[in-house]
Amino acid sequence: MIRDITIGQYYPAKSILHRLDPRVKLVSTLLYLISLFLFRSISGYLVATLFLVCIIRMSKVPLSYIVKGLKPIIMLLLITVLFNLFLTRDGDVLAHFWIFTITEGGLVTAVFMAVRLIYLIIGSSLMTFTTTPGELTDGLEDLLKPLNRIKVPVHEVAMMMSIALRFIPILLEETDKIMKAQIARGADLESGNMIQRAKSMIPILVPLFVSAFRRANDLALAMEARCYHGGEGRTKMKPLRYHTRDFVTYVVVVVYVIAVFVIGRYVPLHIWIF
Amino acid sequence: MDIIQTEHLVYEYAKRDEEGNITGTSRAIDGVDIDIRQGQFVAVLGHNGSGKSTFAKHLNAILVPTAGTVWVDGKDTKAPEELWNVRQTAGMVFQNPDNQIIGTVVEEDVGFGPENLGVPTDEIWQRVEESLKAVGMLEYRHHSPNKLSGGQKQRVAIAGVVAMEPKCIVLDEPTAMLDPSGRKEVLKTVQELRTKKQVTVILITHYMEEVIDADKIYVMDHGHVVMEGTPREIFSQVDTLKKYRLDVPQVTILADELRKRGLDIPAGILRKEELVEALCRSN
Amino acid sequence: MSIKLEHINYIYSEGTAYEKHALKDVNLEIRDGEFVGVIGHTGSGKSTLIQHLNGLLKASSGALYFNGRNVYEEGYPMKELRSQVGLVFQYPEYQLFEADVMTDVCFGPKNQGLSPEECKERAMEALKLVGLKEKYYQSSPFELSGGQKRRAAIAGVLAMRPKVLVLDEPTAGLDPKGRDEILGQIASLHKASGLTVILVSHSMEDIARYADRIIVMDHGKVRYNDTPKHVFTHYMELEKMGLAAPQVTYIMHDLREHGLSVTTDVTTVEEAADQIMQALEMKQ
Repeated sequence: MIRDITIGQYYPAKSILHRLDPRVKLVSTLLYLISLFLFRSISGYLVATLFLVCIIRMSKVPLSYIVKGLKPIIMLLLITVLFNLFLTRDGDVLAHFWIFTITEGGLVTAVFMAVRLIYLIIGSSLMTFTTTPGELTDGLEDLLKPLNRIKVPVHEVAMMMSIALRFIPILLEETDKIMKAQIARGADLESGNMIQRAKSMIPILVPLFVSAFRRANDLALAMEARCYHGGEGRTKMKPLRYHTRDFVTYVVVVVYVIAVFVIGRYVPLHIWIF
Repeated sequence: MDIIQTEHLVYEYAKRDEEGNITGTSRAIDGVDIDIRQGQFVAVLGHNGSGKSTFAKHLNAILVPTAGTVWVDGKDTKAPEELWNVRQTAGMVFQNPDNQIIGTVVEEDVGFGPENLGVPTDEIWQRVEESLKAVGMLEYRHHSPNKLSGGQKQRVAIAGVVAMEPKCIVLDEPTAMLDPSGRKEVLKTVQELRTKKQVTVILITHYMEEVIDADKIYVMDHGHVVMEGTPREIFSQVDTLKKYRLDVPQVTILADELRKRGLDIPAGILRKEELVEALCRSN
Repeated sequence: MSIKLEHINYIYSEGTAYEKHALKDVNLEIRDGEFVGVIGHTGSGKSTLIQHLNGLLKASSGALYFNGRNVYEEGYPMKELRSQVGLVFQYPEYQLFEADVMTDVCFGPKNQGLSPEECKERAMEALKLVGLKEKYYQSSPFELSGGQKRRAAIAGVLAMRPKVLVLDEPTAGLDPKGRDEILGQIASLHKASGLTVILVSHSMEDIARYADRIIVMDHGKVRYNDTPKHVFTHYMELEKMGLAAPQVTYIMHDLREHGLSVTTDVTTVEEAADQIMQALEMKQ
């Protein structure tokens, strides 16, 4: 069911990661994502794995919860692995049948791509697990502040994001309800070809859009009633302030990136199992 | 000075055809005069489409009158320079608990109003804590609103308004989407606020059980105020209320029925204790 | 024609952090032509229960018999079950989607594979049953008032000509008159055509007035399954479950305490008035 999706959901806990400044987490996540593309050797993966394990332990988010977040990307993962497996022609041929050829290079690339993708997802979901959507948008708003000068409405965009985040679970639940209601009226959502299936989505999408607009209208009224008038003259309940732990984190992350780059490049560790 | 005063309030919606051209107007509110004193608990009753919600939206300048005037704490709601003052003075709680919570964490939502008012950070925290305490939701401050029950969500919405320190709270059918225990929760909260903070409460509803403690009731129909008085005065007119698509509590119906059968029972009985007492005394 | 539930268990999101045992060993029978009320606190499992009746949810264990046949059997025609057991969700107007009311009400019959003429005939019939005026048949459902939308949505289910009609809080958010009108129409439909009705409601007064039998759900279990009179004598237990009895039941208890010899298993205003008059006459 739709409600089982955990990716992007905040996981309440009291960990050092939860307490970090959202700006630190945003920048660090970005650096971490870039770092995953800086190496191509086992030694690099070892460093990255070590780092990720430490972060997971520190976050106090249960591993099973993190793994569950990977469920929605299984298809994507499979496709990536298959493409790399069959389309990369490099090194010894390991197997060959009909039009498919698996080479050593292909296998290595496939495995590495899969690992990279999984690390990428885990890394970024750790950020959303440990940061409330409110903090996240605050962080983004602050980081993107320079764009204000070139007339980008940063506050408005951040506000829109945080509202979107708040309403995603509500709209998911609503989708579930509308689907059930239409199935109860005999709607067939599963059989038929692509066009028929797309057509059978209309009874779900129309009510969903109507409801989304109704909610948007209600929410706009509620915000105005509470004196919302844009970012001007607005104070913050939780203003962002850097603490020592945030500077330490920056240092640790930069050290990690350098380490992964150097070790991944210059410490060759080719232990092939095959 | 009255906290809320309206004079010949009229509001017209523009009717549009399919191309969006105005084809005519329809009056949602038609000449309403209401005075509400500071600290009162006033209820506005009416069936769906009677104009009661449109009226409520005038009290914090979400809508402005087509004709006539609304004063909130002496400020004309039509005056653009008073807009934020009016909205801060008369806070508003809406029907749908989901569609009025902006924050993704309870305390952040309660802080939203004070943030907009430009209240200094330290004071926001103080206000948030106080308001959450006032509605009995302090222990949920770090929760996501999505995980709360309907009644709890409405209490958070009330706290969000209380944190703006209004003189008057307008509740527009706050219980219509709640189950009975959620309804009780919300009403109890409102009652407590009234006694603790002396705020004026204006409750828009079509549940009669909720208004028996009101100081004054207005009944609306077709944009007019058709009845006004104390709960006892209003509830003694069972048949008139039914004409306006409304209802009275079961005990009032029973008392009315017994009176029709010839028993000597006073009109406008609101609580079961009153009926029991009347029956035991008179017979 | 009956629905029979045997040892039904239902567990949400089994094996995850959100696991919830929503129904626990539910055994029930709903006979042909009954008017059954279902009450329970929010989260008591009543919504989960009714979604089992037309196969929207499949029990984690147990069996559900419709007309003696187990619907969990391999190859049971679920679509057939869904057209026999019509389910009206809470706030059903949010499922309206077509350009006009008539086409929307035709959606159910169309899914049953009926011809356009037949669909229209059934839609007309259903719209008449719910009392929606003919001038609205061609209007967009989004232009109707709340009460009219609600009627159109209920017609959308009735047009499938179900044998059993399940309604989850059909009057939520309506004003008192609208509430009485909709329930009145359902009750008269029940009387006139022998339609089996299962009504979920928070209003004890409404349930007491219309239902022949009440099922009380609490924490996923069936606590009571009896006539309104019997169920409401347990008003103290009901209160512990976050429920209550109709106000008149309390009045009768109070009167009895004050020495008036009335019976206390009274659930409607008329009965209460009769009882009080009788007791007072006896006293004199």
